Amino acid sequence: METIVPAAANRTLFLLAPIITFTVALIVWAVVPFGAGVVLSDINVGLLYVLAASSLGVYGIILSGWASNSKYPFYSALRAAAQMVSYEVAIGFVLVTVVLWAGSFNLSAIVLAQQNLYGLPINGFVLNPLLFPMSVVFLISSMAETQRAPFDLTEAESELVAGYQTEYSSMSFALFWLGEYANVLLMCALNATLFWGGWLPFFNFAPFTWVPGIINLFIKMLIFFFIFSWVKATVPRYRYDQLMRLGWKVFLPLSLLWVFLVSGVLMWMRVPL
Amino acid sequence: MAVSRLTGSNKPNEQKLSEYECGFPAFEDPRSQFDVRFYLVAILFIIFDLEAAFLYPWAVSVFSIGWTAWISMMIFIGELALGLVYAWKKGALDWE
Repeated sequence: METIVPAAANRTLFLLAPIITFTVALIVWAVVPFGAGVVLSDINVGLLYVLAASSLGVYGIILSGWASNSKYPFYSALRAAAQMVSYEVAIGFVLVTVVLWAGSFNLSAIVLAQQNLYGLPINGFVLNPLLFPMSVVFLISSMAETQRAPFDLTEAESELVAGYQTEYSSMSFALFWLGEYANVLLMCALNATLFWGGWLPFFNFAPFTWVPGIINLFIKMLIFFFIFSWVKATVPRYRYDQLMRLGWKVFLPLSLLWVFLVSGVLMWMRVPL
Repeated sequence: MAVSRLTGSNKPNEQKLSEYECGFPAFEDPRSQFDVRFYLVAILFIIFDLEAAFLYPWAVSVFSIGWTAWISMMIFIGELALGLVYAWKKGALDWE
């Protein structure tokens, strides 16, 4: 296939944008644990690294929209930037509640903190009634963060053609799509790791404990990927004002309130007055 | 990308290299004015993301420091919640 660089485009940025999108989507995987000790880089600030690296993803999209020097990619990039930063705020506060409960930024430690909830043989913060609403907020925010339906306004084909990818062709176009799906799978892995016990088995007794951790994580990721596809197939697209209202007027106050609630409850339980 | 450029065909012409505009030549400069609300979102994002950044170190140390740390951070969150209420009432979060 032929790589077309439009005559009016900023050549360097235009070719750099898909590379950034793809690379950023892959580097976050370094801190996702696939089993006990099976993690590429077991750093203490794993969750901060995830936040920092996934924030960089917005650059690939902004640069592609700007460098294309074309109308539809430009509008799409504006929308994408506003949408991604809006939901990143909510995700940030959701992560604070998880860190409060787990007491660590290390993703392996967060997974282990979910083991044997209430002394029962079950794993996962999602079974904690205080953290369950946050897991829902995180799932929906991760759909918005990766610009999947019903939040795929950046690629709304009825108004913006193909969004920021309009001018792309050949391998640079393929890199955008690979990056998008790497991002979606990453968000599935994060949902599984932060709220559904990651690589821990579904139940801590006989047949389930025989399954290797990596298989557990992949099954959980596939369940989330199924939910992502299911939502994409059934839910109509949001309007932009509805999208912004959900991010700023529902998720942000809700997650702020939850930081207050979770920290208050944990202080009450752990620290004497 | 380099491999696809070197091995694929490459026959540019004027139509192929022009930007997309539904089959017409482009009517206007694509880098036109855009809505000021995108700036507002960016500014609000900086405020609240910085707030979240302050919360991260607090989240792992609050239990060892105790109630002083919790109360002072709750005052800080309360102030920022007031800021959110102000932005809300001013209509900064409205998109018609």
